[in-house]
Amino acid sequence: MASYSTNEFRGGLKVLLDGDPCIILENEFVKPGKGQAFNRVKLRNLMTNRVWERTFKSGESLEAADVIDQDMEYLYTDGEFWHFMKTDGSFEQYPADAKAVGDTVKWLKEQDVYTVTLYNGAPLTVTPPNFVELEVVDTDPGMKGDTAQGGSKPATLSTGAVVNVPLFITIGEVLKVDTRTGEYVSRVKSS
Amino acid sequence: MTDQPVWQPAASQAALKSRAQQLAFVRGFFAHRGVMEVETPVLGRCGVTDVNLDGIPAQVSASGIEGGWLQTSPEYHMKRLLAAGSGPIYQVSKVFRNGERGRRHNPEFSMLEWYRPGFDDRDLMAEVSDLVCGWLGCERPEILHYRDAVETWAHVDPFESTERELMRRCEEWLEPEQLAGLGRDGCLDLLMSFAVEPNLGIERPVFITGYPASQASLARVSEHQGHRVAHRFELYIHGIELCNGYWELTDPVEQRRRFEADNHQRRLSGKPEMPIDGAFLAALEQGLPDCAGVALGLDRLLMLKLGATDISDVLAFPFERA
Repeated sequence: MASYSTNEFRGGLKVLLDGDPCIILENEFVKPGKGQAFNRVKLRNLMTNRVWERTFKSGESLEAADVIDQDMEYLYTDGEFWHFMKTDGSFEQYPADAKAVGDTVKWLKEQDVYTVTLYNGAPLTVTPPNFVELEVVDTDPGMKGDTAQGGSKPATLSTGAVVNVPLFITIGEVLKVDTRTGEYVSRVKSS
Repeated sequence: MTDQPVWQPAASQAALKSRAQQLAFVRGFFAHRGVMEVETPVLGRCGVTDVNLDGIPAQVSASGIEGGWLQTSPEYHMKRLLAAGSGPIYQVSKVFRNGERGRRHNPEFSMLEWYRPGFDDRDLMAEVSDLVCGWLGCERPEILHYRDAVETWAHVDPFESTERELMRRCEEWLEPEQLAGLGRDGCLDLLMSFAVEPNLGIERPVFITGYPASQASLARVSEHQGHRVAHRFELYIHGIELCNGYWELTDPVEQRRRFEADNHQRRLSGKPEMPIDGAFLAALEQGLPDCAGVALGLDRLLMLKLGATDISDVLAFPFERA
């Protein structure tokens, strides 16, 4: 596997540190005029999501981590694994475990496309698109006279996610939801 | 890697204008004091032996000579002019250092370097203050000994602490296996960068003087409170290292010894040895007048003038856009 020397460090680079794949967030080059140069580096450990701060002597190097992001379609779950398929026409399938799927599980809808991060060829994380469209399967009936202003209620979506929605939302409607905040955005006009 | 090219300058129009004004100020300052402007090669035959300076080789082929180096500083050429009887001289030049890129570094940068026959380090510090404070309108710098600065902020004694003690102090930043081979000066550089520098020149600009003799570079060395210290000074303003000056070493034998020591250190750290600049040593043998000299980073001076935190804000085209 390739390795990166300190003068190749930059934001976004994926490297191995203490055996874990990490992404470089920030790289600060520090050098007293006539002295030894150092790089102060902030990295996020992709296994634990924890942010590390480490210092390297100029000229030190880190092994590259075999980490790539791939667009994949979600197929189904067998209870233990969630199965994804490449969208490049190869039909290659990848099983992601509960750890890789994490909180994204509540946004998984069959045939939608997600970003699957592969580490050494196996799913490490699954990231949903910023917005998903999901059907309401359960919510209290809307009250008469409710308008757009004020008040909200919980609604359960087809994937099991629960979001706060305005009072006028009814079962069967399709909603646009922001996966980053878990917030309701709008109704989607049904065709 | 596949970045789109950006044609626009990184610096604002206002920053570019301020750069032009700074240059005019510098030229006016030296014209008024009778210091002559000179130009020396940016492309030289030799590089430097400094362990921590990586030159950029040029592949020149001309008049039967192959190779060449982009200069890391105009120092050797300017000292050759001094040896030839130039009198006081200054130069604004582009210098080049490989691998250096960060918020305060660009591999190519603008250096103001000047030499004053008959001055010692104290005299030159006063002149640096005149120039810098005249341009920035700042308070005149105080003078702080390297030893006091390191003791105050890094809590070790750069002269008396053992290498073990220095290494233990560095464990705040480096893993034990990274510390191997760093050496005494490497440890001090780390402490200077991370523990000391951020505190320097915050209230008021400060000169650091009295560096350990092992960090003398081209400065002369003398005894101070029982330790061998270099007549070297650096100016810090708001944690930014602005210049590096020496009461210059004029002894060719000692100079050659230091070059050879550099190359020995290079061998130990797996870096290629650099040929020693024979023309420079020959000039020293001819006789360099007693003088003090200083190199000042003009891009950083402009950062301070404008309150910029990134050198890219004051460069028309930093390396990524160059």
